[in-house]
Amino acid sequence: MNFLATLRVALDALRVNKLRSMLTMLGIIIGVGAVITMVAVGAGAQARVEDQIKSLGSNLIIILSGNFTSGGVRLGSGSQLTITEDDAYALAREIPSVQAAAPTLRGNGQVVFGNTNWATQISGITPEYLEARQWEVVAGRPIDPSQVDSAAKVALLGQTAARSLFGDADPVGETVRVRRVPHTVIGVLDRKGQSMIGQDQDDVVLIPITTARKRVLGGTNVKTRNVQNITVRVRDGADIAATEQEMRDLLRQRHKLQPSQEDDFFIRNLSEVLAAQEASSRILALLLAAIASVSLVVGGIGIMNIMLVSVTERTREIGLRMAVGARGRDILTQFLVEAVTLALIGGLVGILLGAVASYAVGHFAGWRTEMSAASVLLAVGFSGAIGVFFGFYPARTAARLVPIDALRHE
Amino acid sequence: MPIDAASSASAGASDPAPLIRVRDLVKIYPLGETAVRALAGVSVDIAEGEFVAVMGPSGSGKSTFMNLIGCLDTPTSGSYLLAGEDVAHLPPDALARIRNLRIGFVFQQFNLLPRTSARDNVELPLLYAGVPAAARHAAARAKLAQVGLAAREHHTPAQLSGGQQQRVAIARALVNDPKLILADEPTGALDSGTSLEVMALLQELNRGGITVIVVTHEQDIAAFASRLLTFRDGRLIGDVANEPKDAAAQVAARRPQAEPAAA
Repeated sequence: MNFLATLRVALDALRVNKLRSMLTMLGIIIGVGAVITMVAVGAGAQARVEDQIKSLGSNLIIILSGNFTSGGVRLGSGSQLTITEDDAYALAREIPSVQAAAPTLRGNGQVVFGNTNWATQISGITPEYLEARQWEVVAGRPIDPSQVDSAAKVALLGQTAARSLFGDADPVGETVRVRRVPHTVIGVLDRKGQSMIGQDQDDVVLIPITTARKRVLGGTNVKTRNVQNITVRVRDGADIAATEQEMRDLLRQRHKLQPSQEDDFFIRNLSEVLAAQEASSRILALLLAAIASVSLVVGGIGIMNIMLVSVTERTREIGLRMAVGARGRDILTQFLVEAVTLALIGGLVGILLGAVASYAVGHFAGWRTEMSAASVLLAVGFSGAIGVFFGFYPARTAARLVPIDALRHE
Repeated sequence: MPIDAASSASAGASDPAPLIRVRDLVKIYPLGETAVRALAGVSVDIAEGEFVAVMGPSGSGKSTFMNLIGCLDTPTSGSYLLAGEDVAHLPPDALARIRNLRIGFVFQQFNLLPRTSARDNVELPLLYAGVPAAARHAAARAKLAQVGLAAREHHTPAQLSGGQQQRVAIARALVNDPKLILADEPTGALDSGTSLEVMALLQELNRGGITVIVVTHEQDIAAFASRLLTFRDGRLIGDVANEPKDAAAQVAARRPQAEPAAA
C-alpha cells in the first residue's frame, strides 16, 4: 500500500469523525497558538530593550570618581573627587576611539524664576557634554566654548525644569537664579525621558563647568579641577572593551597608581546595565514559551487519548482491514498518519490563531510583539513531532491486534 | 440426497492437488490454567469448485476451522496446504498477503466501513494490494455490477438494505478474483427472502468456478451446498455429498407471490 493511499485512508477516517477530529485538534491549535503568541510577546520585549540600547547609546561610558584611601581608611565611592577636567581632555586627546569626553560637576539646588522655585539637579558642563549625550537643543542655542572660558552666567533648561518654572511660556532670554546666582536662559533641551534607573533626565539645569565651580556649586572644589564624572562617547564601530582598557591604562598612568594599587575611579558601561535587562527579558521570553509549551504537550496527550479511543472503537474495522490483507505495518502507518495529520493541521490553524492573538495583544494591550519565522517553523515541527510521539503508542496497539480477535470485538 | 461420508472423503483424497488439504489440524487456546481444545485433529480435502457447507453447534470448532482455512489464525499443530503450498506456519505478513490475494471473506455482520461509499468499500482489498486508483475504481465498478449494484456505487452502507450491504460485501470478497470465498453465516442477519438472493449469488459464483465454503447452522442454507461438513467437539463427524437446491429457482418461485402487481 503506497503512502498516498494511506494518507487518503487517514484523511477519510478524520473526515468521517469531523467533530471529534476538530476537538482533538483544538488542543494543538491552542498550544501552538499560545507558543507563537508568547514567543512573539517575548521577542517584542527583547526588541524594545534593544531599541532602548540604541537610543541611549551603548557606546556611552561613564567614568566616576572612585575610592580614596586616606591613612588606611578606605572612603566610599565619590567621597573624594579623584578625576579631573584634565583627565577628560587627556582622554579625548590621546585615545583616537574616544569621540567626546565631557567632564561634569554636579550638585543640587534651588532654581528661582519670579515667584516660582524648583529644586533640581545642577550640572556644570563643557560643550562636549551635549555631543556625548547626543542631546539636542530645541529652542535657543547651546553653551559655546567661550562661555565656558569666561565662566558666563548662562543656563540650558531640561524640559521638566523649564515647564516647572515657566509653564508654557518661552524661557529663552529670561533670567533665573541658580542657587541665588542670576543666569540667562539661552536654550531649552530636547526631551530625553527616563533613564534606565527611572530618573527623570529632563529635570536638570546645565551651566558652564567654570561657572558651576567658581560661582554656583563652589565649596571645596573651587580651587581644584576635580569633577564627579566624565561622560565618554566612543566612536561608532570602535571596540568598547578595548577603549575601556585604554582609558583605564591612561587614567592609572595619569593618577600615578602603582600596579599593586586599585583603581581610584570606576568605569561604568551603560551597555552592561542594558545587557542585564536584555538577559532578564530573554529569560522572560523563554519562560513564557516554556509555559505555553506545556499546553502543547497537553494537546499532544489529547491526541493520544482520542487515538486510543479511536483504536478501541474501530477494532472491528481494524480486524476487517487485516482480514482483507492489511499488514500490521499498514495499520500502524494509517493511525500514525492520522495522528500526525491531526497535529499538523492543528499546528497550521494554531499559527493563524497565534498570528491573530499576537496582533490583538499588540493592538489592545499596546505591547510590542514580533512574530518570527523561526517560531512558526518550530511550532510546525514540534506539532508534527507531537503527532508522531503521541500517535505511536495507539498506532502500535492497533497494529498488534490479532485479526480474529479484532473481528469478533463487540 | 445424502450419500456415504467415507466414499465422499476417499473420492476427494484421490484428486491430484486439492485446493485445500488439511491433516490433523489442532488448535488449542490457552485459558489460564487450563487449555481449550477448539480443534482436536481434523483432516479434510476440499477440491476446487466445490460448494461446501460447514455445520455444527456453537463450540463445535467450525468457526476455528474457518479461521484457520482463512489464514486468520495459525494452528497449534497439523498441516494446511492451500493449492499445494504449506501455509500453516507462515509469518503474519505472509498470511496477510494470502488473505489479500487468494481468499474472499463474507461476514454475518457485513463489516462494511461506515460512512464510506460502496465503491470504496469494495476497493479496500485492492488498496492493500497496491493497485493504482484507476484500476481499483474499474475493478470495484465491475464487481458491483456483477452483484447487481451498479447504480449504488456512491451509496454508503446506511443508505443500503441489509441484502444490498451483503452484496457489497460479496463484491468486496470478489474484487481480487480469489479462488476461494469463505462466508461466515452470510445470511445470519438477513430475512429469508434476501437470504435466498444471497445464496443464489454464491451459487452463481460457484458455477463460475469459485470454491465457496459457507459456515451456517441453518439446514435450509446448507441445502444449497454440494457437500456438508459437520463438526462436534472439535472433530469432523460428518462429511456427505448433497444434491444442492437451486436458490435462483426459489427466488424466481417467490417473486410472483412477493410482487403480484409486477406480473
